Amino acid sequence: MIRLTREPIDSAAMLDAVRDPLCGAVVLFLGTVRELTGAVRTVHLEYDAYAPMAEKKLHEVAALAGERWPVRRVAIVHRLGKLDVGDIAVAVAVSTPHRAEAFAAAEFIMDTVKELVPIWKQENAPDGPAEWVHGTTPP
Amino acid sequence: MIVQLFAGAREVVGAASIHLNLSAGATVADLRHALIHDHPELSPLLARSRIAVNQEFADDSAVVPDGAEVALIPPVSGG
Repeated sequence: MIRLTREPIDSAAMLDAVRDPLCGAVVLFLGTVRELTGAVRTVHLEYDAYAPMAEKKLHEVAALAGERWPVRRVAIVHRLGKLDVGDIAVAVAVSTPHRAEAFAAAEFIMDTVKELVPIWKQENAPDGPAEWVHGTTPP
Repeated sequence: MIVQLFAGAREVVGAASIHLNLSAGATVADLRHALIHDHPELSPLLARSRIAVNQEFADDSAVVPDGAEVALIPPVSGG
């Protein structure tokens, strides 16, 4: 289960999808829309993507994690469109035989998604203009 | 050649894609120069952006194949 979606993310279904009899560990990470970034209040976010490349890169990120840790199953789902505070923007679920590698793989997947996958968020403050976030990634 | 635009780049130009005239054998660096020539308003963001050719990040020295799918990728902010 590796994909983009415009519907609410079903994290329970993702957990079910990665359960595996050979695994003693399942880690689920949820990235949720935060109301405050510093002093700036967000009322909602809008996510857009270069969808075909983004889905391809999500699969590559999962494969990279599989080269580094004994990952049995991976689910990565990123939501697009308008999201409100508290909504799940991204979810990662991984299963591995032991817990240390499940935590490490999930963290690696999230770090790499934020670096490689062509998805962008637009912050919508209560009064100010909507702004695309192009902050930190180097060229 | 069509260059797809996203997020802030789309907003700056006011279009989802732009057409560029590039000669055969042009590189990604040539493409960047042509983009700045035709759309100087893109310059600050382009300096921080990657170029994707056929859905892979391409170095400035890479040749853009005829008929390639090309996209301007501003710094990403997913997650």
